[in-house]
Amino acid sequence: MGKQVPIVGYLAIDDGPPHLVAWEAVGSGALYFDRRNADADQGGTEFKRRKLANTGRLRSFTIVHRTVPGVPAPYVSALVDLDGGGSVKANLVNVPPDPEHVKLGMPVRMTTFVAGTDDDGTEAVAFAFEPSEA
Amino acid sequence: MTTDPKRTDNVWILGAYMTKFGRHTDKDLMDLASESALGALDDAGVTIHDMGVLAAGSLFNSQAGVGQQLQKQIGQTGIPVYNVANACATGATAMRTVMLTIKAGEADMGIAVGVEQMGKGGLLGAGGKGDRGRKVYEPSGRYGSVMSVEGLLGTGLMPGVFAQAGMEYAYEHGGVDFEQFAKVAEKNHAHSTMNPLAHYQKQFSLDEVMSAEMMSYPNTLLMCCPNTDGSAAVVLVSEEKLRTLSKEQQRRAIKISASVLTSDPWTERAQVQPDVNTLTRNAAEQAYEQSGVDPQDLDLVELHDCFATAELIHYDNLKLCAPGEAGKFIDERGPWRDGKIPVNVSGGLISKGHPIGATGIANVFEVSTHLRGEAGDRQIEGAKVGLTHVIGLGSACAVHVLEKASV
Repeated sequence: MGKQVPIVGYLAIDDGPPHLVAWEAVGSGALYFDRRNADADQGGTEFKRRKLANTGRLRSFTIVHRTVPGVPAPYVSALVDLDGGGSVKANLVNVPPDPEHVKLGMPVRMTTFVAGTDDDGTEAVAFAFEPSEA
Repeated sequence: MTTDPKRTDNVWILGAYMTKFGRHTDKDLMDLASESALGALDDAGVTIHDMGVLAAGSLFNSQAGVGQQLQKQIGQTGIPVYNVANACATGATAMRTVMLTIKAGEADMGIAVGVEQMGKGGLLGAGGKGDRGRKVYEPSGRYGSVMSVEGLLGTGLMPGVFAQAGMEYAYEHGGVDFEQFAKVAEKNHAHSTMNPLAHYQKQFSLDEVMSAEMMSYPNTLLMCCPNTDGSAAVVLVSEEKLRTLSKEQQRRAIKISASVLTSDPWTERAQVQPDVNTLTRNAAEQAYEQSGVDPQDLDLVELHDCFATAELIHYDNLKLCAPGEAGKFIDERGPWRDGKIPVNVSGGLISKGHPIGATGIANVFEVSTHLRGEAGDRQIEGAKVGLTHVIGLGSACAVHVLEKASV
């Protein structure tokens, strides 16, 4: 297997089981996935890394049918409220992409997959969510 | 900030105009902007030489000096020009720029012009990284991404973003379903058949709306606004100046009873999904306070129905219905033109079209035209007070309350 890199900086793949990691603003507790200059909530400039849970609930979704070239469709785009804090957007996988099977509020858990391989053989690892109850 | 209705720094709409919305392949940006600017000046009974300020809004041409280009077509008088870009609130922000200049006493009359040529723009909002040349995964940008994440980490395309906003409302307020979202589009397409300026004027049954091509569940093609070319303009005047104008100009003038612009207060979830609710609620709250108008007193509303899912949640955000009852509001035909509070009698963005820079002025044109009693077949009889709303992601939200009043 070649080298692997996370698709985004807030996915940790080399620190135990894959998980999401956020910047937590010291003071307000606000969570961010991007590189920060300051906390948009309270204005502080001190941050610490915080590991987020791999489980949560489906807060909202859409089933994308028409998309940009190169993206397979239909697929489910999901907003997930993570247990213990933090909200994230990702695909919902391992479920038929139809409103009969995708239910608001359903419990979900994180999973990972290889999203692509570059010309050096490096794999990009992405994350998604899947239903955690049959 | 609260505006005392007795204060004399009120600003009025003296003239308003919008072009036919549609695909104007035989015209350029200046043809459209000139038509609306000259139309609004003519409607106001004044000329470009009476204007003390000009603001031009055109999101996709925000670095092109559209205001100065327009002057070079319709009159170079040396007045201050502002070129405005503020997402889908661009036109409304241009209008506010003129209004604030008048309130500040720098001018007693001014013109705001919104214009956009979208062509067949496709889906907006993809962004991300193109794959060019040798492919090497190296983290870049604030999220340290190694490739475009569209379709891999959910969607950022507009039909999906606003679908998620609607489904979030469904999650919080149970009982809102696909059919209720679709009813919004059924209504707006029906309304547009009475508006000759709308991009489309075709009625569709609820079944046709629901069985149209699915774009991003629950938004079908007929529940999404089209990419549209068009322009709209308003001429604004100070109350003091209006008093010196003719009785006919005074009779047709429309009072701006509230003008509010908001951006996003911090909310955690908005880091991954735009929050179109909080800033709209804040803008509405301030607008009702400024104007002293109760939402239930509104005779008509033109709100930002970029997608059917968006319109439904704004019923609640703008307090047109009881909290959590947006689905019930559409079921009871509340926002139909013969309902409790007519919403988007122009056809809305869904059918009238959404030339981004023009949208926030076109809705002011629509409401003003009804308040003047000049809306022809689609007139809401006896309309005295109306509200306009636009929201652009990022975000920017503008709400105006307009009233028929005596100066």
